[in-house]
Amino acid sequence: MKRTTIDFWVGLFALMGAAALLFLALKVSNQGALPASSTYTLTANFENIGGLKVRAPVKSAGVVVGRVTAIELDTERYMARVTMALDEQYRFSRDSSAEILTSGLLGEQYVGIASGADDKTLGSGDSFKITSSAIVLEQIISRFLFSKAAGDDNTTMEK
Amino acid sequence: MGNRFVRLCQSIGAPLTARIIKLGFACRFLLGILRHSPAAFARPQLLAREIWFAGVLSILIITVSGLFVGMVLALQGYDTLQRFGASSSLGILVALSLVRELGPVVGALLFASRAGSAITAEIGLMKATEQLSAMEMMAVNPMARVIAPKFWGGVISMPLLAAMFSATGIFGGYLIGVPLLGLDEGSFWSQMQGAVDFRLDVMNGVIKSVFFGCAIALIAAFEGYDAPPTAEGISTATTRTVVTSALVVLALDFVLTAFMFRGV
Repeated sequence: MKRTTIDFWVGLFALMGAAALLFLALKVSNQGALPASSTYTLTANFENIGGLKVRAPVKSAGVVVGRVTAIELDTERYMARVTMALDEQYRFSRDSSAEILTSGLLGEQYVGIASGADDKTLGSGDSFKITSSAIVLEQIISRFLFSKAAGDDNTTMEK
Repeated sequence: MGNRFVRLCQSIGAPLTARIIKLGFACRFLLGILRHSPAAFARPQLLAREIWFAGVLSILIITVSGLFVGMVLALQGYDTLQRFGASSSLGILVALSLVRELGPVVGALLFASRAGSAITAEIGLMKATEQLSAMEMMAVNPMARVIAPKFWGGVISMPLLAAMFSATGIFGGYLIGVPLLGLDEGSFWSQMQGAVDFRLDVMNGVIKSVFFGCAIALIAAFEGYDAPPTAEGISTATTRTVVTSALVVLALDFVLTAFMFRGV
């Protein structure tokens, strides 16, 4: 086999490999988290985060605006402190509220932000004043069962 | 009685020591390859020939197998997913299983049988016909001239071939999923993009295939170098290359998967 023929095929091989990798990178996968340079951080304290995980999306009106970067327990108040990295281009008013929502009935959990009406916006390092916790299915079911049981007792007593 | 005990110990110990000696020789062999690697990289012409030999000649089997594996995955996955009404997630299933596991592993198994056996046979035959000794007589180090380029040719080819396997597999899955089974093209690609992470899934697959490439190239070159210089010796060495590579690839895959995907 001539030297140039081998070089041609090896070059083509490298090109095909690079094309396959590029296809996997651009068409098949996402690039993960937002680029670190254009984000700012916000924190929110929740009574219960349910099944929220690091790298979960932060959404406002359904649009992904950032990612959860850290979750830790605040040992002074025994609340969960969730740190998020938000895209620089999205700013939220100071009276915005953060809540933990579930996509679908059994889907992954994410942080939803509902914007308020204040003119001033939250800056880097600020925290949300108004938060509401994740819905824990067991608590709802047990509350429902207890109220049902109590209700049954009342009806029998009335009878 | 005592004599029999001694013979029992010998029959257990002898194969064990032989294996350990072989492993030690393989380690020394790897160090030798690494020491002579700069010389191999200094002559890209040799390296290009080995990449052609190991990589380019394997393109056909890799891409055709990838296409069929992807198509089978799509058919089988659709059959199960549609029972749960989740057939639109077919893209995720095909892409994740190919990029994480099947691309590197099945690609490596095919590479071991296509290129690994060829490397073993070539080195073994060179040794049997005393070409390696002739090189040494001419003050050419066969380690730098023959073995190190073959090793690196295999290591460089493997990740590229695994990426091609995954890419053609996903294309095969697309061919079955969208035109044949009538899934929505937009949701096929967008769900796939949403679920597959470049760093976590694609790069881990590439890292796996680099490990597999190193293992296969080392085993193939070593078995060829270690083969008894007879026709039978070369045939045994070629078989051993394929069997050992397959076992090592699957065992390595388990270890690497345990490191990479711990279900966090």
